[in-house]
Amino acid sequence: MKKIKALKCKECGQESPPIAKHVCEFCFGPLEVVYDYEWISSVISKEKIASRPHNLWRYWELLPVEGQQVLSLNEGFTPFWKSRNLGKFLGLKNLYIKNDAVNPTFSFKDRVVSVALTRSRELGFDVVACASTGNLAGAVAAYGAVGCFKTFVFIPADLEMGKVVGAGVYDPIIVGIKGNYDEVNRLCAEVADIFHWAFVNVNIRPYYAEGSKTLGFEVAEQLGWRAPDHVVVPVASGSLLTKIHKGMSEFHQLGLIPELHTKISAAQAQGCSPVVTAIKENSEIIKPVIPKTIAKSIAIGNPADGYYAVKTVEKTHGLGEWATDEEIIEGIRLLAKTEGVFTETAGGTTIAVLKKLKESGKIASDETVVAFITGNGFKTQESVQEHISKPYLIEPRLNEFRELYESLVKSKQVEEHNFLKNPAYQIK
Amino acid sequence: MATKVRIPAPLRKLTKDQAVVDSNGHTIQEVLAELEKNYPGIKERICDETGQVRRFINIFVNGEDIRFKEGIQTKVGADAEVSIIPAIAGGLRKE
Repeated sequence: MKKIKALKCKECGQESPPIAKHVCEFCFGPLEVVYDYEWISSVISKEKIASRPHNLWRYWELLPVEGQQVLSLNEGFTPFWKSRNLGKFLGLKNLYIKNDAVNPTFSFKDRVVSVALTRSRELGFDVVACASTGNLAGAVAAYGAVGCFKTFVFIPADLEMGKVVGAGVYDPIIVGIKGNYDEVNRLCAEVADIFHWAFVNVNIRPYYAEGSKTLGFEVAEQLGWRAPDHVVVPVASGSLLTKIHKGMSEFHQLGLIPELHTKISAAQAQGCSPVVTAIKENSEIIKPVIPKTIAKSIAIGNPADGYYAVKTVEKTHGLGEWATDEEIIEGIRLLAKTEGVFTETAGGTTIAVLKKLKESGKIASDETVVAFITGNGFKTQESVQEHISKPYLIEPRLNEFRELYESLVKSKQVEEHNFLKNPAYQIK
Repeated sequence: MATKVRIPAPLRKLTKDQAVVDSNGHTIQEVLAELEKNYPGIKERICDETGQVRRFINIFVNGEDIRFKEGIQTKVGADAEVSIIPAIAGGLRKE
């Protein structure tokens, strides 16, 4: 019994065998996995899913692998909770946070890589590679090491140190490209043509991308088997956004959730917003840009799935909004101070956009909203270090501390440092 | 002087392995029509049933994407260079 029936072109519909291939030979459109949904619906159930371990393989039937032997580091089933303070601050009664920054390598990329490397092994590869803005590099390096693959990661040379170290510790071969991510990606497409390796986001992309569906599955399951009203998703290639929607749609088709009405909204940095620009201009054409933003993890100027991300936002009556670099930093700080989560720039973008959409009245206060936090702030410390509290330096003497304390009291900093208690910030 | 058209590797089976072929026309539409005359079957690979360029094919005239000009009505000078490039998985070509 095989659950993967074929790869199918999203554009012209031509089908081909489920091998390592990402482009339609006929029209060059992207390929997508076709499942045997009849078989899936005959075996899947809420009870079965709920009885399994707390990682993304609890949704095994809906993932593009044939075997039960999966390469897992217990990724997925990450914390999800009703906002403690941020919702109150923004005026949202039912805001939920999905914290995917606490995966094994601290980003949502562990989901796609667990799936991609499991499938790569099934297809007989012993070398894996990726083009990465950083998070993917760390995930491929970790899973590649544990799965005993030879591993190559290609990254832009100017990446944040935390991301380079976060990949390097697993000892992959790291190739730093003197160029931006789009140039890394183009080079990798050319390398993948010549070297017969499993490039997770090139020739393995149809399988790899399916891993992101599990964020949609989990949110629906963690909400008590129902779909939220609205979700805000950071957009780089656009794949995550489309797959979150696909995951919830599959749950709906299989009868695991009663109905689906979720609006999917896209968040980008203003300095790299080809998808949000297309949404705002009501255009089908994604105009490539040269990225200029601190949000490097989502700085893709020519997004591979940009068109489908725009279509998904339109189809679900979602919105597109961008955030400036200053707003992104504010978003990072706001999430930290209200929910205790230190996210990276992509998460800051999500929070900044959520705030903007609420303030402009585009999200109603009683909607059930989910903010997707996809990466960890410890990897991009450079982006916030100039904007956060720093230590007051004193000698180890009580009188020095007394002096410091008195000066802090005098300047009201002791009362006002707690953001949520500070009367200057009106909690709505 | 004829317009030079660069053919991507996946379509060269149709052009007898030639990477660059000559094709004339005042617009991209006319250039594609002549290509089809000389290399039957190539047009349906580049354009959909409505005659529009397929979403994952980019056509450049002297390095400029025709989507940002007049699409298939984009004028082609006699000495222009036309490139047909699959969009693959993103990636901005600087050349």
